[in-house]
Amino acid sequence: MSTATTTPPAGQAAPKAPDSKRNTQLKRAGDWSRRAPLLPALIFVIVMTQLPFLVTLIISFMNWNAYYPDERGFAGFDNFTRVFTDVNARQAVVVTILLTLAVVLISLLMGLGIALLLDRKFRGRGVVRTMMITPFLIVPIAAALLWKHALYNPEYGLFNGLLRFFFGDNAPQPDWISTNPLWAIIASLVWQWTPFMMLILLAGLQGRPLDVVEAARIDGANGWQIFTNMTLPHLRQYIELAGLLGAIYVVQNFDAVFTITSGGLGTANLPYFIYQTFYTAQDYGRASAAGVVVVIGTIIIITLALRSVFSLFKEESR
Amino acid sequence: MSTSTPVTPETSGDPVPDSVGAPKPIQGSQISHRKAPRSQGLLGLLAWVIGILFVLPVAWMVLTSLHSETDAATNPPSLFAPLSLEGYKAFFAAGPWPALLNSLTASVISTLLVLLLAFPAAYALSIRPVKKWSDVLFFFLSTKMLPIVAGILPLYLFAQKVGLLDNIWWLMLLYTSMNLPIAIWMLRSFLAEVPIEMLEAAQIDGASLPRTLRDVIAPVVMPGIAAAALICFIFSWNELLLARVLTGTVAGTAPVFLTGFVTSQGLFLAKVCAASLVVSLPVLAAGFAAQDKLVQGLSMGAVK
Repeated sequence: MSTATTTPPAGQAAPKAPDSKRNTQLKRAGDWSRRAPLLPALIFVIVMTQLPFLVTLIISFMNWNAYYPDERGFAGFDNFTRVFTDVNARQAVVVTILLTLAVVLISLLMGLGIALLLDRKFRGRGVVRTMMITPFLIVPIAAALLWKHALYNPEYGLFNGLLRFFFGDNAPQPDWISTNPLWAIIASLVWQWTPFMMLILLAGLQGRPLDVVEAARIDGANGWQIFTNMTLPHLRQYIELAGLLGAIYVVQNFDAVFTITSGGLGTANLPYFIYQTFYTAQDYGRASAAGVVVVIGTIIIITLALRSVFSLFKEESR
Repeated sequence: MSTSTPVTPETSGDPVPDSVGAPKPIQGSQISHRKAPRSQGLLGLLAWVIGILFVLPVAWMVLTSLHSETDAATNPPSLFAPLSLEGYKAFFAAGPWPALLNSLTASVISTLLVLLLAFPAAYALSIRPVKKWSDVLFFFLSTKMLPIVAGILPLYLFAQKVGLLDNIWWLMLLYTSMNLPIAIWMLRSFLAEVPIEMLEAAQIDGASLPRTLRDVIAPVVMPGIAAAALICFIFSWNELLLARVLTGTVAGTAPVFLTGFVTSQGLFLAKVCAASLVVSLPVLAAGFAAQDKLVQGLSMGAVK
């Protein structure tokens, strides 16, 4: 260790050599040797994610339906006008917002409650934690199939089965999906995303300095005061992180909508709407315009949310 | 004697919560602020109830997958029906192996590619950082927020043009770009913890780069690599939208196979439950085996 502390000045002295021309050359070479390891990943990501989006942007201004190949041409803002005036497209925007907000907020609240429960010692804590994680480890499409067929099915699903089991033959037997299609999707997604929120918040709780909490308790602070004045401020960054990451994934949800309602009953969100416009209706221009709208919307929301989250990473990497 | 017997359960029952819970409040004033052991026990019970409720659908899926089709579709549910492997037989008879193999190929190889590309990039964003490294880092994250669906049409048209439709390698490349930003963020946050003094010391001692990597960097970063690999594998394995649009009969992955498994005719519940379980099994196994890695991976390294 002692050799390490004495020698670095000698090493650092080299770039400070007075020869300015050689110095800039060296510096440039140094810059490139720094950049080199970054470039493969950077180029790959740009080619695979930015380039397609650029093409989407171009197609969004084109009249292009694969069913009418002869009518291909420049369309100006027609596709965007059609997206904004289309009832289904506007509905898809509303559904996307509702779905994302509901799933993220409900799973965050439940995740917080459960994380607080799991933060205290009790018998079988590890088992309960493992049980809680399980829903998140079911492949999303499998989870959607499970909810649609094994739980929601009005004839032999578990929910109606339990109703009949407990309340007898006269028990109500609702058709869960067609009476509340959007909530049916939300419930299945909350089931999958609550464990995600819980895991991040629990990790945050366990990084909380306990001696300070203990000191506050000795000073006579009650549980609620400790929660609102110490636990919540400490958890804030974790709540924001979990919420942002959850939102990134839930906004894009396709599996649950595709499986549980097939986008019917007014539950088509934007990913499903675009999928349908492009895959079924083959209207490439309109699908691309919708895609552009999604991206612009996402960028606006994310720029607002991102700043606070970055503070967490900055603190971590002090 | 007969009058005292009803009393005994109560007297023997009462001290139990005390001995299990926190020490008695007589010991000192500072402990008296602790919550009563009874509420402690109730909260533990509540945690158990919630945990069971969350795992119940999965337990139901397991049970249903082990019933015959007729027992699976009854109301009220036939809990104690004889167990049967009918559902699993039907699933494997439908020929799931190509789809499972496709999923395995796409997930494993894309995960390896991700690590191969992410590690040098993370190095250039932490240990020998480029200028404006935080901007680059944010660029990577922002690509993750670009909804996949916004770029799916060009990806489809390109694949169509060059004959990559229904080709597992195309999917694999897309999964690599999908997961690369997550892995870079994660590995960077681990690499940022490598003590710079140790790196300098190794350099001065004349250690070669491979040796520095092995002895100084690897011990700190290995958990990060494991967490990144786990999360990349899970996300690739789960992916449905790209696979559904870009693959067909040849390169279809396990999630695509699952979507084609529900028939409009006849009973299929046991079969679907069995299929869903088998397809989820690799994720369940990996997730249970590495719960702490799962947390690190999900938070992209922000939580360690």
